[in-house]
Amino acid sequence: MIELFWEVVTSALLLIGGLLMLVAALGLVRMPDLLTRMHATTKAGALGGGLTVLAVAVHFGEAEIVARALAVMTFIVLTAPVAAHAIGRASYFVGVPLWEGTVKDELKGRYDAQNHQLHSSDEAAESARRPDARPPEH
Amino acid sequence: MLEIVVNIVFLLLSLALVLSFVRLARGPTLPDRVVALELLVSITVGFIAVHTIASERANFLDVAVVLSLTAFLAAIGFARFLERGGHRDD
Repeated sequence: MIELFWEVVTSALLLIGGLLMLVAALGLVRMPDLLTRMHATTKAGALGGGLTVLAVAVHFGEAEIVARALAVMTFIVLTAPVAAHAIGRASYFVGVPLWEGTVKDELKGRYDAQNHQLHSSDEAAESARRPDARPPEH
Repeated sequence: MLEIVVNIVFLLLSLALVLSFVRLARGPTLPDRVVALELLVSITVGFIAVHTIASERANFLDVAVVLSLTAFLAAIGFARFLERGGHRDD
């Protein structure tokens, strides 16, 4: 009885994980631009991978294997956001085009293209680039 | 029951692998391909997990550890390469 219960739990985790991976891949193909694609793959992909590895932990149920599986899970959950942030930031500097339906780009004109520093407005970026220049007259 | 589920999940993951390979081949810009590669590795970790259950051998989990580690390093490396002056359009 208790074995059947754990088997059901393992199967459910595997199925949910596999479905989430499929959803992530579908989003990767169907979404219109890079940031929406990353929105699909990062979250659903990390959760799907984590759930399948959790299924391994539940299936074996030995301390050594559970520890290894949990290590893989924490690693996936910790690194996926960091990698997504790094790629998203790099893609913004490379100039990957946004979807034409994008409503707002808050960062537009606020990054210094030379030293990749964020400023509060165009004028601040301008004066930061040329520190000896006088502020623009109005 | 578990064998049937394992087969179904293998099927789902294979489909996901093919779909993300489509984006890897098509993806208009380099970051698109990097994202597709990352998802490919994540799906492969899922494959390894399912195969661990199917074959009842827990040693395969170490492969998953190493694979996710190298994928993270590759993503960070690509991002650094892009920020430090990759070409603006490809």
